[in-house]
This record gives sequence, C-alpha cells and structure tokens, in this order.
Amino acid sequence: MRGISLTVHTAPEHLSRTDCFLLGMRGIFSLPSFILMLSFVGFAAFTAEAGIPVGQVIFMTGMVWALPAKVILVGSMLSGTHLAAAFLAVTLSSVRMMPMVASLVPEMRTRRTPTWLLLLLSHFIAITAWVFAMERIHAVPRAGRVAFFAGFGITLTTVNTALVGLAYGAVTTFPPLVSGCLFFLTPVYFLTSIWVSARHRVVHFALGAGLVLGGVFAAVAPEYDILLAGLLGGTLAWWGERTARAKGERQG
Amino acid sequence: MSFDGLWPYIYIAVAGWLATDIWRWLGVVAGNRVDENSALINWVRAVATALVAAVIAKMILFPTGALESSPVALRLAAVLFGAACFFLAGRRQIAGIAGAIAFLAAGLALTGP
Repeated sequence: MRGISLTVHTAPEHLSRTDCFLLGMRGIFSLPSFILMLSFVGFAAFTAEAGIPVGQVIFMTGMVWALPAKVILVGSMLSGTHLAAAFLAVTLSSVRMMPMVASLVPEMRTRRTPTWLLLLLSHFIAITAWVFAMERIHAVPRAGRVAFFAGFGITLTTVNTALVGLAYGAVTTFPPLVSGCLFFLTPVYFLTSIWVSARHRVVHFALGAGLVLGGVFAAVAPEYDILLAGLLGGTLAWWGERTARAKGERQG
Repeated sequence: MSFDGLWPYIYIAVAGWLATDIWRWLGVVAGNRVDENSALINWVRAVATALVAAVIAKMILFPTGALESSPVALRLAAVLFGAACFFLAGRRQIAGIAGAIAFLAAGLALTGP
C-alpha cells in the first residue's frame, strides 16, 4: 500500500498549483498519515491521564507539532521545570529539524519561491511529513512541489490538532497490549518508509549507522544521544559511501 | 506547575514553539544555500537520516509508557521479524509493519503483564 497512486506515470505534466495542493491534501488518506493519527490518539490519552487541560494540549499540538518535542515539553510541565531548562531540553531534541528541512528545501523550491513562504511552511515539517515528502515529492512537477507540500502539511497538522481535541475526552485508557502496539507502529513505519523512499545509497548507510549509534548513545549519553548519533552516524555513512564509491570507480 | 491562567500558554509558546521552530527556520536558511546535487547536500541528507534513525532506535530500545516493562528481546525480535517479512514480500511496507506488530502482539499476549 503506497497511499495515493501518484507516480511520474500517472501525474499529468500540466498540473496547476491548485491541483498539486489538492493532491497533497489527499495524502491525509495515506498509510503514514493514518499511523500518525493513531499516535496522536495515544498522545491525547497520555496527556488526559497526566491531567494537562485540553486547551493546552490542542494549543501545543498546533504550535509545536513535532511529537517527540511535545512529549519532552509535557514531561517538563509535569515536573515543574524552569522555563529556561525546558527550552533547552526541547530545543536539543529539535536540532534534527534543521538538516531535515535543509535536505527538503532544495528538492521543493524553484528559483522564484519566496523565502517567507518556505519559512512559514517549514513549521509543518516533522518526521511524518518529511518522510512522506522525501518519498513522493520528486514525482510532482517542480513548479507544484511547494503547493503539494503545503496541501499535505497544513491538512495533516489541522486534522491532528482537531483529532487530539476530540480524542482527549473520548479515549478511556486502552489495555496495555493495544497501547503498546499503537506505540510500536511509529518506529516500524518510519523504518520501512525510509528504506523504500531512499533514492541514494547513502541513506541506507545512514539508516544503519543511526540505528546502531542511536542505541549506543541512548545508553551512554541519553541527554545528547540523538544529536551525537545523528552527526557522527551521518558523517560516517557519508564518508563510508564516498570511500566505497571511489574504490568501485577505481576497480571498474 | 499550575495549569491555570495564561502562564502555561506562554510556557508552551517559548519552551515548545520557539524552541522547535528556530531549527526549522535555520533549516530553510541553510537549505536555500545548498545545491540539490552537491556533496554537501549528501552529507546533510545522511545526517538527517541518521538523526531520525536514532529517534527510531530510542523508541525501540528505551520506550516510554505501555512498552516500558516489555522485554527488550521481544521488541528486537519483532523488528527483525518485520524486516524479514518486508524483504520476503518484495519490500512491501505493509508486510513489514503487519509482521512486526503481529509478532509484538503475540509476544505481549504470551509474556503478558
């Protein structure tokens, strides 16, 4: 199941920006967005149980958007952490946004795309939207890529913000087996998505290096694990792939 | 902290929204300067992928909530079983996901809390 059946073969050459925006909106009926919605139902149950008022939960879903950052924010609110310390913890978990956005921007902008529009749309980037866009955006004509991402990103955030509000009151505590499986959907979905969407060998190298180093640093240096594993694992993968390619060229 | 009044909203806006969006904005600024086919973008792509992979590893090895008390060997075995299903089915995402979740559900039911 690959969600919407948009490929280079089925997408007409002359899609208008509106068509691309609507095509992006249709992404709400895709496997990635379905899995993210299940995760947000889980998040609503978690915050309801923790006693955070529903208005604040809806507000943070729209404003922060990235799920790992919100989990850390809720943790800080519950333990009454000082504002500056909470900012530091959340900001460290969000550094990964920078390379994620930086790798997507060159794929979707044209020479005439205004920077303010990219700044505005960057808010809708989190892991799901990034994986979705990296997987499908190259099948969209370049002139419509920004509109395509806007259609998907804005719809995904709006729907999930509303969903959190609805689920907050409705969700009674799930049996542990169900909530365990709900939680596990997210990492497994990310793994398979990154594998199928990789158009460069370096992505497979980086996936392996990040998984191994992520596990190691989570045990050794849990405060900075994501950052360390990302920088070191990514650099190792990049260097390893370059070396392998140079060797292959010399032998070939 | 108290969840009354305006303070929680200010707290969320500063420690949540600003703390996250700063990096997205810096990403736009950085991404505007790199060429799609340069060696630099390959490195940026690799670092971004490794960062997401590290988040995945942490979710599998050190989960919070309902899975916290489940055996780590079960979670790892579920991922490996899912990977086997994924590749045997010709890299079909749904096969990998269904395989991993079914394995985990069966394991949780057997080891049960």
